[in-house]
Amino acid sequence: MKSIAIIGAGIAGIEAASRLSKQGHKVYLIEKNPEIGGHVAQWDRLFPSQEEAEIVLNDLIKNLNNRAEVLFNSEVQHCGKKDRQFEIILTGNKNLLVDVILVTTGFDTFRAQRKEEYGYGIYENVITSTDLEQMFKKHNVVCKNGNPPKRLAFVHCVGSRDEKVGNRHCSKVCCATAVKQACEIKELYPDCEVFNLYMDLRMFDRHFEDMYHEAQSKYYVNFIRGRLSEAGENKDHQVVLKTEDTLAGKPLKLTVDLLVLMTGMEACDTQKTLNTKLGLRSDTDGFLSTKDVFTQNNFSNTDGVFFAGTCTGPKTIPETLADARAAASLVNAYLMS
Amino acid sequence: MINFGYKRNESATLDLDVDNSELYKKLLKEEPSAATCISCGTCASTCSTGQFTDFNLRKIMLLCKRGDTQSLEPIINRCMLCGKCQFACPKGLNTRHIVLILNKHLHAGKIS
Repeated sequence: MKSIAIIGAGIAGIEAASRLSKQGHKVYLIEKNPEIGGHVAQWDRLFPSQEEAEIVLNDLIKNLNNRAEVLFNSEVQHCGKKDRQFEIILTGNKNLLVDVILVTTGFDTFRAQRKEEYGYGIYENVITSTDLEQMFKKHNVVCKNGNPPKRLAFVHCVGSRDEKVGNRHCSKVCCATAVKQACEIKELYPDCEVFNLYMDLRMFDRHFEDMYHEAQSKYYVNFIRGRLSEAGENKDHQVVLKTEDTLAGKPLKLTVDLLVLMTGMEACDTQKTLNTKLGLRSDTDGFLSTKDVFTQNNFSNTDGVFFAGTCTGPKTIPETLADARAAASLVNAYLMS
Repeated sequence: MINFGYKRNESATLDLDVDNSELYKKLLKEEPSAATCISCGTCASTCSTGQFTDFNLRKIMLLCKRGDTQSLEPIINRCMLCGKCQFACPKGLNTRHIVLILNKHLHAGKIS
């Protein structure tokens, strides 16, 4: 029986684990946290269908059907080639000997504090998109003073397409998330005025344009093209925004009760520590460099080490799952040869 | 008083903290398709009037949305209602109706 270590039990890790274990392989699913599900477990509802994240995640876990050995609270301490296999030492000195390593370490959410001019952690009514999802989950979307927001703005591209913070790349999912969250706010508080400050609206995938259309036609969300230069706070703890309405060619001032920063995806720290251990390379954007961008996107440059999910760049949930299935099928073929 | 040659300019900032949305609300009520404009500028590029004047329907709709209605008043009646923009609009907005509504409210029915 061949064995595989999957590093990271987010949705990519879970999906690959369930496929590979179904094919009769021994699968170790290594997770640094006490729970599986990764970022999706933090989310309330998903674009574009508004399906509950919990339902999607439970379906994936159900598919896994306890066939893989999940190792919680485990981090890779040491990892190296031993003959034709890999030896992995985890926290707590647990030792694994596997034939294949599948890296599914995913991404880290951009830490909004690094964009100091937006006031996260300084002004009490500045939150991130992840914070808002937690509020949706708890059915408690309110300002710091406990009142529902009458005016709310989303700032797209926080930590993305911003060379000042070292990220030139687009995080892909934040535009659709911002439009989804804008609609959810209007659903919850129909009288709340909602503004989306964007640079481009990247509504690239299926049904995304429908969401955008609905945000305009049904919810009257205000889209303003312009990047937020600075946020300030007034004496009522509202957030004062200054931007340019680049379509009108005029500076614009706007005061809101709650400001939501659409924090993007960054290469994750866990992955960076794996790089040296496994001889992997990061690309210019920090995410893992694949053997070939078009034809070998799940292959690393190290024989026996494969990739799946957002460790090779920002992806939507369907893209991540498709990538995990592709990786699983390639790993299976590799083990059979 | 001595004139030193100084003057105070009006602020050019769009101040969204001042509620000036009355005209836009009327427009949406009479022509809901106005909400779905994506500011692509197809209307403005096809516009005959726009070739010779600063009439720009994309910008007019945007400024109306932002509550800057003052600047619309002198230009809205330059449209000849030829309807080319309506053929061109990828979102299918009823642009002629939009111009007529804005004209009606800005000029109280006078279409010159």
